[in-house]
Amino acid sequence: MTGVTRVRAHAGWELRLLLRNGEQILLMFVIPIALLFALRIMRGGEIGEQVPTVLTVSLIATCFTSLAIGTGFERRAGALKFLATTPLSRLDLLLGKALATGVLAALSVAALAFVATIMGWRPDIDWFGLGAFGILGGGAFAALAVLLAGALRAEAVLALANGIFVLLIVFGGVVFAATDMPPAIGTVVGLLPSAALADGLNAAVTGGTLPAGGLLVLIVWGAAGAVLARRTFSWD
Amino acid sequence: MTESPALSIEHLVVLYGASVAVDGVSMTADASKVTALLGPNGAGKTTTIEVACGLRAATSGTVRLLGSEPGTRAVSQRIGVMLQQGGLYPTARPLEWLNYLANLYTNHADPSELLELVGIDPSTRTTTRRLSGGEQQRVKLAAALLPNPEFLILDEPTAGLDPLARRNLLEALAARRDSGTSILLTTHQLSDVETLADHVVVIAGGHVIAEGTVAELTGANDAMSFTGPPRLDLARLAGSLPSNFRAEELRPGYYIVHGPPSPQVMAAIATWCAEQGVMATDLAVGRRTLEQIVIDAGSDQS
Repeated sequence: MTGVTRVRAHAGWELRLLLRNGEQILLMFVIPIALLFALRIMRGGEIGEQVPTVLTVSLIATCFTSLAIGTGFERRAGALKFLATTPLSRLDLLLGKALATGVLAALSVAALAFVATIMGWRPDIDWFGLGAFGILGGGAFAALAVLLAGALRAEAVLALANGIFVLLIVFGGVVFAATDMPPAIGTVVGLLPSAALADGLNAAVTGGTLPAGGLLVLIVWGAAGAVLARRTFSWD
Repeated sequence: MTESPALSIEHLVVLYGASVAVDGVSMTADASKVTALLGPNGAGKTTTIEVACGLRAATSGTVRLLGSEPGTRAVSQRIGVMLQQGGLYPTARPLEWLNYLANLYTNHADPSELLELVGIDPSTRTTTRRLSGGEQQRVKLAAALLPNPEFLILDEPTAGLDPLARRNLLEALAARRDSGTSILLTTHQLSDVETLADHVVVIAGGHVIAEGTVAELTGANDAMSFTGPPRLDLARLAGSLPSNFRAEELRPGYYIVHGPPSPQVMAAIATWCAEQGVMATDLAVGRRTLEQIVIDAGSDQS
């Protein structure tokens, strides 16, 4: 059994359980697509401005909320502790989770892009920018999810992961851009990973200039989350 | 040829912050034997087991499992573990769980056959969280047996099982032991220990306080005991027994007769009690029961 086999087996295992779970499907596919319709109806205007917003929501839902809640409950069930006694190492487990989360994120982005295209979306995609912001943003939120899931009780993780998700969407520079806020508030909100991801994705699919500062924000959040999670993560 | 122990623990100390969970435990578990770890709650049993599984680091001391450091991948290929709390994915079905785990081991048993062995229908679509406590326990056992382990580590495997399921589990473990598997288990069911354990280690307050076979610990080779009214005339009792026997009132109404048990001596004690018009209740071989050993350990600990 090579590490690759174990990582692939674990990613497959997580995907199998996740894709069977109705709440996950709701969070990853239904909510973002419903949000796109809601924005179209309430705001009207250009679909090109709304798709990046919804892509951000979808990525945060998959990489942060869903991952945190899932990991929190696996930890409470003692499943992670048991796996630690098997040949699956902690690194294998984390890589497997990362792979499963990446596949889910790609699936939800593809589903959203498909629906948006039907609705008339004609993006001007900078693939490098999309990849860089997607991976660094998804990675930063995944690190924060693991940090949260490894430190608190499962019920607290559930409440916080949902609460933070809603707060970031509404006040974190996603639905309302940080650049449209009063300058003092906008500067602070712009340092949140949600705003950095939203701005970056927006630039990447509308042919805008990639905000280098936003990439830096995501790298800092991701690195801080990973370092703290490494110190504080408890397997039981 | 002396076989080296399957598990050897020397001077193990584990601290949780400022509190001492394990305070200098040294013990061994021999190959192809069942070793039972007994002791009151909070004695350090689970912590000791978790160090042996590689789940927890020792603060100091050395632990060798199957000749290696616990927690290495080579060792984890060769052991099966049943945790006390949890260890299952609530939303998974039993067979898919074992099929997944089988991907992790180079050598493993057939998942379906194993589920049948423990009495779970392999084709069930019921998820783990909807199984009864006893069924979940059996899925955990199947997961522990999956890698055809050389060493089984079981933390309270019979907890929550009904008497029949418990007997089946004990029989399954005895069969594994007889085919060469080494087993370390903890339990509060002392009858399990009497049935299964080749070697018993009693720990309390983070220390090993007694170690030996069940017979050695209970004194089954060198004492008998009975309960009766307090303050019996023990000099006269000793007088009616062979000269190498000595009687003692350990606690009011609890008597120990020191000396090798035999049917004749048991009968002599009963006869002497009858002559005194005394009912000798609980006349038994041994100084004290396993239960009494654990109770004493618990009261020393607190």
